[in-house]
Amino acid sequence: MPYKTLTDLKNALEQKSISSRELMTQALTRIETLNPKLNAFISVNAEMAFKAADKADQLRAQKNHAELPPLLGLPIAHKDLFCTDGIKTSCGSKMLDNFIAPYDATVVRKCAEAGLISLGKTNMDEFAMGSSTENSYYGPTRNPWNTDYVPGGSSGGSAAAVAAGLVPVSTGSDTGGSIRQPAALCGITGLKPSYGRISRYGMVAFASSLDQGGPFARSAEDIAWLMNAMAGFDPRDSTSLDVPVPDYTADLEKSIQGLRIGLPKEYFNHSLAPSMQKIIDEALKTLEKLGAQLVEISLPHSDLAISSYYVIAPAECSSNLSRYDGVRFGYRCENPQDLNDLYSRSRGEGFGAEVKRRILIGTYVLSAGYYDAYYLQAQKVRHLIKDDFDQAFRKVDVIAAPSTPTPAFKIGEKAADPVTMYQCDIYTLALNLAGLPGLSMPVGFIEGLPVGLQLMGNYLEESRILNMAHQYQKNTDWHLQHPKDL
Amino acid sequence: MSSIDVKNIAYLARIAMPPQELADTEQKLQQIFALIDHLQAQDTRNIEPMAHPLALAQRSLPDVVTESDQRDKFQALAPATELGCYLVPIVIE
Repeated sequence: MPYKTLTDLKNALEQKSISSRELMTQALTRIETLNPKLNAFISVNAEMAFKAADKADQLRAQKNHAELPPLLGLPIAHKDLFCTDGIKTSCGSKMLDNFIAPYDATVVRKCAEAGLISLGKTNMDEFAMGSSTENSYYGPTRNPWNTDYVPGGSSGGSAAAVAAGLVPVSTGSDTGGSIRQPAALCGITGLKPSYGRISRYGMVAFASSLDQGGPFARSAEDIAWLMNAMAGFDPRDSTSLDVPVPDYTADLEKSIQGLRIGLPKEYFNHSLAPSMQKIIDEALKTLEKLGAQLVEISLPHSDLAISSYYVIAPAECSSNLSRYDGVRFGYRCENPQDLNDLYSRSRGEGFGAEVKRRILIGTYVLSAGYYDAYYLQAQKVRHLIKDDFDQAFRKVDVIAAPSTPTPAFKIGEKAADPVTMYQCDIYTLALNLAGLPGLSMPVGFIEGLPVGLQLMGNYLEESRILNMAHQYQKNTDWHLQHPKDL
Repeated sequence: MSSIDVKNIAYLARIAMPPQELADTEQKLQQIFALIDHLQAQDTRNIEPMAHPLALAQRSLPDVVTESDQRDKFQALAPATELGCYLVPIVIE
């Protein structure tokens, strides 16, 4: 049962071969056994989950499938940056270790309305800043494929929870690759939707023009179900798109015959190890066999994505995180001498090293004298990067690339060198700058560690990349692999 | 970035840092800025800055009260409150 897809479990519930309470019991038992080893969860809500499961079972006994919420009684876990009424939302930080949100994030509310039952909150890099989940106040999460290795980040807890079969699906957020990179490193499927597709209301802000919530699952089909639950307009988010939401399961079975896949030459000659290249090439050959056409394209400003991102994201972070001042909520230092001491020590003691570095970078690039040279220049380069994608999508339907330059690395290997860590997201950052959707799916292994292929789509074309991923997964079994020794 | 810069930025950002942390942070920021400085080589004349992926206009809302008063609930999260106010060290004697 632990490695069943959401779709399998949904069918089992509908056929009444298992109850929601039984599903919760199995999942919670597995969490109890494995979480001490993996540290994927920060908090677990067994009591609330059982209560909701009993309610779901009662409802199912009384009504037909058609009358019930589509994902009734199925388990999910939320990244610990989605606010949950009455349950701690720490964002992986000492700053919010005592924070219990007074409301639910829209994503949490919508998942609950679709019938999903939250089992708890998952570990993450502090304030979603990191690529390994080592920057958490609650300690690192471990990769279920090999616990000496990182699961990626920042949504590492959510990815590890699905990969280890603790839950079939989970939520994450992606500001520069924080869904796609951990999905790749943990051998599961993860989608970063188009900017504005999913409400950011109640999702703790890191960089507001880049942040986007999205789902993790064992298959593209499950991601489509999650997207049906999560996507849609929200008047509480001023950047939420007021456009109709398609049924993301509707196009899954379409043929991909004739679809053009762009291969950016800048992504295939840049520090990509031959072993990675080989696996990516095999996956592309499979897509070609299914009828897709491979076309070389160019994204000429790709090499500027990382420097542009590390100006824009910290600038927005320094502004967003100014709210943590020890006054209204969150950590407050002991015995402040004056107001400035209260602010400075609360922030100095409450934030971890990486968060502080990014706030300082942001403060610097926004300060008088440096604004034009850094912030404005980065925003202009962002425009060039967006134009590159616009040009490319005139020629192709989907762009494919590796999700990461390497498989998972060892815990501690890159922790002391932020620049090396930043390079982990070299293939994912540009998409956030452009606001486009991207998916990572497992396509092979190197020395027992998973490798991901990234499929990028044009704006609001999640259905097209889900269709391509689903067709690939129908013809391969990489997504059905799971760790053997858990 | 000199050490004075880092100290000043930390002050501007209201982040207290002991000297050892300041030194370590300065060294790491130097490395990060070496990466970021790559930007300067790009010619961006006549390119508009892009602040946001969507060309959205801010929505207007009807000028009516939509939220209820939840002050007590929100202030339950605060480190220190009194009579509906947040308590901080004395600013004006």
